Amino acid sequence: MMDFGFYLTPSSTIELDKVDRKAVDDLARADSGFRTCIACGSCTASCTAGVFAETSVRRAILSVLNGRDEKAMDLLSSCMLCGKCMMVCPRGINTRHLILSLQKYYNGK
Amino acid sequence: MAKNIIVIGGGPAGLEASARLDALGYNVFLVEKETRLGGHLARWDRLFPEGVPAAPVLEKLVSGTGNTKVMLESEVLSLSRLGKSFRISLTSGVSVIADAVLMTTGFDLFDASKKEEYGYGIYDHVVTNADIEGYFRTGKDPRIGSPERIGLVHCVGSRDEKAGCRNCSKVCCATAVKQACELKAKFPSATVYCFYMDLRMFGRGYEDLYLKAQKEYGIRFIRGRVSEVSEKIDKTLQVKAEDTLSSTPLKVSLDLLVLMAGMRPSEAGAKVGKMIRLGTGDDGYFNTSDGFTGMQATSVPGLFVAGASTGPKTLPDTLSEARAASALIHEYLRES
Repeated sequence: MMDFGFYLTPSSTIELDKVDRKAVDDLARADSGFRTCIACGSCTASCTAGVFAETSVRRAILSVLNGRDEKAMDLLSSCMLCGKCMMVCPRGINTRHLILSLQKYYNGK
Repeated sequence: MAKNIIVIGGGPAGLEASARLDALGYNVFLVEKETRLGGHLARWDRLFPEGVPAAPVLEKLVSGTGNTKVMLESEVLSLSRLGKSFRISLTSGVSVIADAVLMTTGFDLFDASKKEEYGYGIYDHVVTNADIEGYFRTGKDPRIGSPERIGLVHCVGSRDEKAGCRNCSKVCCATAVKQACELKAKFPSATVYCFYMDLRMFGRGYEDLYLKAQKEYGIRFIRGRVSEVSEKIDKTLQVKAEDTLSSTPLKVSLDLLVLMAGMRPSEAGAKVGKMIRLGTGDDGYFNTSDGFTGMQATSVPGLFVAGASTGPKTLPDTLSEARAASALIHEYLRES
């Protein structure tokens, strides 16, 4: 490849136009928590895995909505399904069910 | 002959409505279950957004009630219709026949000990917004001491399905920011944090209060809901939240934690509402005949509502509703 003395990095902008809206709808049907999260961060704060590895249900949900499913899967890869986030969620989201629904959806693909 | 009106609940709404109806020439009976008038206002020290003292406001409301017959320590035993009128009997033994009834039963403060993870009533240095007002009024609270690190938690028992309360309590954001400034003024060397989910500074002067808290008082605002609190061996508190803006779990040690307990429908009010079959929504607050043009009317002719009995309200909102209800009652009684 010719060296121009500079290179291009892919844009980091969230492009909502490119989000797979069917995937979001499917996931929201599997667990309404994808739509009802108010991003308070209680789940991340109480996460037992989050102390050691980047783990966050809040950010995973946001990543799904922004079409970044790989990021979403990454953010939950260290989850031990302890369920602590389920206890603190003010919207009563069944986070364990939400996490398993997400993994089932993308691992099945 | 002057017509009788019963006002149930001697808080700000009941006081203001009694004053207006008394001025219109009606016989007003104001029923209050406590030993004093004023409701929650009587427990408050200063009011947001400017921090004006609560006591003169209450004094003005009480002194305006004129010839109103105030019945303290009286709970409603029964309330029923009698033709077009109402019959009410009270625990004090008094019975009144009235032509109209106004429910100003207000709200209860959420019992913060129900959110066990915040440790109210368990840890030594966890207090509520109401406790802070009491502290500023009396200067005494052994839990407060001289804190160097203070945290205020917004939305305690509000916007929380687990606490059985989905709605926003409307007044806690402004109260938290007001109290954060007051605590900083009281303890100038302290670092003060506010943990919020959304800051709802909707009213006139509220955003100015927010700006003042940042600029003049150096309050640190953290966008994350506190998930748990634990007490260390030295009785200081460790608080965990996510700093959602930097997407990082956060912990901080505090000497004092203030919980912003939200509003719940009044239990005593609900009991009276049931007697007269006044419907409530899923949130437990009384239904009004419609949400825009009929905020003070109900499905029962002659029965009116005002203030926080129909949902969380600020003090100015509540007083406006009391005046609106008075005008509506006046119209109703003139026509009937």
